Formats: sequence, C-alpha cells, structure tokens
Amino acid sequence: MFCEKAIELIRELQRMSDGQLPAFNEDGLRQILQEMESLYEQNQSDVNEAKSDGRAELIPSIKLRHCCLLRNQRCVAAYLYDRLLRIRALRWEYGSVLPANVRFHMCAEELQWFSQYKKSLASFMRSLGADGLDITQDMKPPKSLYIEVRCLKDHGEFEIDDGTVILLKKNSQHFLPRWKCEQLIRQGVLEHVMS
Amino acid sequence: MEQLTHMEANLQRVKKGDAKASMHRMEIDRIRFVLSSYLRSRLQKIERFFPHILEREKSRGEGDPSLLSPEEFAFAKEYHANTETYLKAVALKRMPPNLQTVDMLKAVPEPCLDSFVFLRVKERQENILIEPETDDQREYVVDMEEGSQHLMRYRTIAPLVSSGAVQLI
Repeated sequence: MFCEKAIELIRELQRMSDGQLPAFNEDGLRQILQEMESLYEQNQSDVNEAKSDGRAELIPSIKLRHCCLLRNQRCVAAYLYDRLLRIRALRWEYGSVLPANVRFHMCAEELQWFSQYKKSLASFMRSLGADGLDITQDMKPPKSLYIEVRCLKDHGEFEIDDGTVILLKKNSQHFLPRWKCEQLIRQGVLEHVMS
Repeated sequence: MEQLTHMEANLQRVKKGDAKASMHRMEIDRIRFVLSSYLRSRLQKIERFFPHILEREKSRGEGDPSLLSPEEFAFAKEYHANTETYLKAVALKRMPPNLQTVDMLKAVPEPCLDSFVFLRVKERQENILIEPETDDQREYVVDMEEGSQHLMRYRTIAPLVSSGAVQLI
C-alpha cells in the first residue's frame, strides 16, 4: 500500500510523545523518496500516453498517484518539522552544547539547523540592552534568595559572588544563591531540596 | 534593561552583608525574570507563527507601526530561511520537480483569532458589534463600561487592544 512508510515515520514520533528525539530515520526517508520517484515516473508515462493515445481511463490512476505523492510530501514535511521543534526545545533545555547521545540522533542537516538557530538566538540576546540578556535563564519566577541544594554528582569547585569557593561533592548539601544554581540544576548537577 | 544595569551597579557599591543588598538582589531577580519571560513569550510566538507574521510584515502599510522590534524581525527572517534551507537540503530537493516547495503559510497553523480572552476595559466603549458564532445566533451590540471585565473572542476586540482602549488579562 502506498504511503505506508510515511505513516510509519509519523508514528515513530507519536510514540515519543514526551518530546524526546529518536534517531533520524535515514532509511525510512530514503524509501519514501524512492516511492515518490517511482510514482512520479509512472505518472509521467501515463500522462504522456493519455495525451497521445487519448486513453482517458488512465486518469483516475494518475490522480491516485498524485494524491499519494502529496501525502508523502506532507508526511515527510511533518516528520522533519516536528523533529526540528524537538531540537529547538533542546537548546532551551540543555543550553548550546548538546549531550553526545542526542547529537548522535541528529542528521548532518539537523546539526546545521541547530547551529544556525543557536547563532540567531545568540545575536538576538546580545542585542537586548547594553550588554545583552540571557533569556534562557530565569525560567521560573524567583521565590527566595537562597535555596537549599543537594549535589547529584561531583562537579568540583564552584565560586559564588562574594568569592567563597564551594566544593561540589556528590550528596553534599549547600545553601546557595538561587541565581547561581539555576543552570546547574537544569544540567542535573544540583537538585533543589524542598523541605 | 537600564534599570537592571543601574541596580546591579548600585549593588556593587552597597557593603556586603547589608540588608539592603538582599532586597536589591530580589528586586533584580524579579525584574530580570519578568523581562526574560516577556521576551521569551514573544520569541516563542514568532517561532510558532513565523510565516504568518512575516506575511503580515510584508503587507503592512507605510504608516502602520511594526509589531516586531528590528531584532525580532531579523530573528524571524533568519528562522524562516534556516527552516526552509533545512527542508530543501534534507528532503525537498530529492523529491519530484513539481513537489519541491512547501507553502509555509498553509503548512504552519495560523493563530486562532477566535479564541476567547479575558479583558479589562480602560476606556468606555459603546456599540461594540459581536458577530454571531452559529447560524442560530444573531449579531448584537454591547456597551463596555470603564473598569469592567469581559470574556469574549479576541477578533472582536483586536483593534481595541492595539489602541490601548482595553487590556488583556
């Protein structure tokens, strides 16, 4: 049945409804493009036959193939665009350096898109005010000045504004300024302890 | 933004351990959050509706002010170009000749202007025409008193939002 591979691609993304990025289905895409090429060629020859030999009964199958081509294009575009949205979310979640396992799931063009997106975002943020403003920080409204955090992994030394250096060892707990911790909490190094 | 830098400069001058420093710090954090959140929302909307926003910018009249800052406009154009380049490179150029473009205006869903919004009236309005939603309803007019709050379709009061006569809540 035509367009089955295209639906499969869509289902692949639908299965990961939490926004995770599965590996780029290079194979699936190639198969769909091949199907489109063969449908198109069949249509080309049928159209020529219909025109030259006046074989109007070929027209319904020409229309069917054309619909399949459109459907394939739409599914492929949806698959690629949805992946792009997930990749965009990664910039806001993880920052500008993506973890290796995620990068592994992206094709070369997606990496290129990501790098361009980072640049656009960075130049926009730089243009805010005199020195720029990093709007990927401060994702939650500030509740208090200092927060209690527990260290989830060894992160080494960490300097806070007044110069004191804290050693972030696994399972150690600290009472630190909220704004310094935000990024480390997002990266999974620290954990906000709410008692 | 200027207030933020001003406050941070003040903070440097205040002695460490002074209670005022904490207050300043909290205020800075709050302002920075509100500002970041506002800018983030705008950027997200631009990314979500980019073809429609760019189309509106293109067809904007000479006298109409832009809804985007120059930097936002540049960002929107870059986002559009980046996405189109990507789609072409990874798939579209390998498709049959008559299918190598995707109409973004049709492909990307446009903002639903008929969704209901809460609003507060700042200037008294008279004779606002409410269009019927279904065939059973008929159009009617309402007067909106200053200070009153309403829930209605965005499309009905869109021009009032631009002029500042009502405020969305």
